[in-house]
Amino acid sequence: MASAAPRSRRAGRTVPARVPYAFLAPAISLFTLMFLIPIGYTGYLSLRKIQVTGLGLGRGSRREVHAGLANYREALADGELWDSMLRVLLYGGMLVPTMLGLALLFALLLDEARARARRFSRIAIFLPYAVPAVIASLLWGFLYLPSVSPVQYLLTAAGGPEVNPLGPTAIFFSIANIAVWGGTGFNMIVIYTALRAVPQELYESARIDGCGPVQVALRIKIPMVLPALIMTFVFSLIATLQVFSEPTTLRPLTNALSSSWSPLMKIYQDAFVTGDTYLAAATSIVLATLTLVLSLGFLRLVQSRAFGQES
Amino acid sequence: MTTASRRTRGFAPLPTAILLLGAAYCLLPVAWVVVASSKTTGQLFSTFTFAPGGALLDNIADLSTWHDGLYWRWVANTALYAGVGGVLSAALSGVTGYALAKFHFPGRNVIFNVLLAGVLVPSIVLAVPQYLLLAKVGLTDTYLSVLLPSIVSPYGIYLARIYAAASLPDSLVEAARTDGAQEWRIFRSIALPVMVPGLVTVFLFQFVAVWNNFLLPFIMLGDDGKFPVTVGLYTMLNQGNTTPALYTLVITGSLLSILPLIALFLTLQRYWRIDLISGGLKG
Repeated sequence: MASAAPRSRRAGRTVPARVPYAFLAPAISLFTLMFLIPIGYTGYLSLRKIQVTGLGLGRGSRREVHAGLANYREALADGELWDSMLRVLLYGGMLVPTMLGLALLFALLLDEARARARRFSRIAIFLPYAVPAVIASLLWGFLYLPSVSPVQYLLTAAGGPEVNPLGPTAIFFSIANIAVWGGTGFNMIVIYTALRAVPQELYESARIDGCGPVQVALRIKIPMVLPALIMTFVFSLIATLQVFSEPTTLRPLTNALSSSWSPLMKIYQDAFVTGDTYLAAATSIVLATLTLVLSLGFLRLVQSRAFGQES
Repeated sequence: MTTASRRTRGFAPLPTAILLLGAAYCLLPVAWVVVASSKTTGQLFSTFTFAPGGALLDNIADLSTWHDGLYWRWVANTALYAGVGGVLSAALSGVTGYALAKFHFPGRNVIFNVLLAGVLVPSIVLAVPQYLLLAKVGLTDTYLSVLLPSIVSPYGIYLARIYAAASLPDSLVEAARTDGAQEWRIFRSIALPVMVPGLVTVFLFQFVAVWNNFLLPFIMLGDDGKFPVTVGLYTMLNQGNTTPALYTLVITGSLLSILPLIALFLTLQRYWRIDLISGGLKG
């Protein structure tokens, strides 16, 4: 960065000051319109409420007034919101370690030259990335139905009991399974690509020192791909807190999912079904703050180079 | 190279078995949807999961005529949202990433960090106010309401910047500048061709992101003629409670909609520069 300024002076021609801003103008305007203004508007709405005068009939009887922090108090005191957060934390607690653990395992195995069928496995495991969450949930949702499930078919044939993966407790595992299925391949590719960038000499010297493949994986490979692991962890965390498509798609197939099962479903419910945009705005801000605190807190904790990396 | 060939000579059964198990798990639902698309509604809930039926062509015909071919309209809409959204997003990321990587100007890092922070904003925080604001200008329930929010991709800008910084030597830009080329021309005819592989990656990421996005069209659209496949199939599944015959159509529709995407992936895989995101590309 420091060397560029003198170099352009040496070239005898400097870039007019307005040029970089002209290049950035489309992105900045769209970002302002689609990110900054909506975020600001959410903040504004979260501090407003509807005041009903008289019987609430006729024009002018419903006015938007300043509400102070009333919406935040209501949002934070809402047991349904905390229940949904708790459910999502439980769900994420199962999902993220399983998905990233499998992704890391598969990536290490793909990097193992003595394993066969590596190309086929890589493509097969990556394939679910091409399937949108709604369609993935649809496919698994049918496979969970006792009348369709292959597991149930075999169980019944063997005289076994009926199991219901769409029951109140099992549903956590069932939704987590859909997300593991959909997300493992992509994370595997990210980690595998990072593994391939590790200089081979590092392994050679370890092998000369008598390390086996497992030792090489634990002592060299995993530490070397730590930045990729940290990044996949943060993205998985953000995605988990925002889970919406999977439980929403499964709802028509089961009674075990309430309309406010996840925080996003709760906000959707408040905004578009109940029609309390103001409460929904306050709840969104609470969720956004929580996401930011968790992900930035984690990044600070590990002092990652995944974000804000200088070129 | 002798060490490399020595290593490939062995065969490790356990790693191979684990990989194949993982592959089987990932292929299972895809294999099922292929089989299930050939079943009648009755067979769907009575015959063994992987026992094929003979009704695939009937199912496709039924799906195609359902509500005057509404399904194919959803497919076309999805192609439009994801395709146009992806192309515009890659173009915008290219211009922006290039400027952030190759120009030095006051506020560069502030602008970059603010754009990048967009990655962390939960989608609902944007989707609800985007809906309310677009409603004020009468744009909800239009193609634009889904396209406009899909163009800016903070992640795409981040990738394009890294790619420009790593693949485009400053000297090349400087040389063109010395020759008196205009800045836009330098970008168009020198930077852009070099950045193409990176921008293909941005396009693919955004294409998948838009195609995968359920919440935004779900909130924005009311007219089922503008739905993408995901929202369309969801509403069909919802009606399945009262009309079980729709289940077969939903399953056939799922199969038909993921096949082209899988094909696209298999053909475009080698253009993916995943090393961009895993930090393997040295800037």
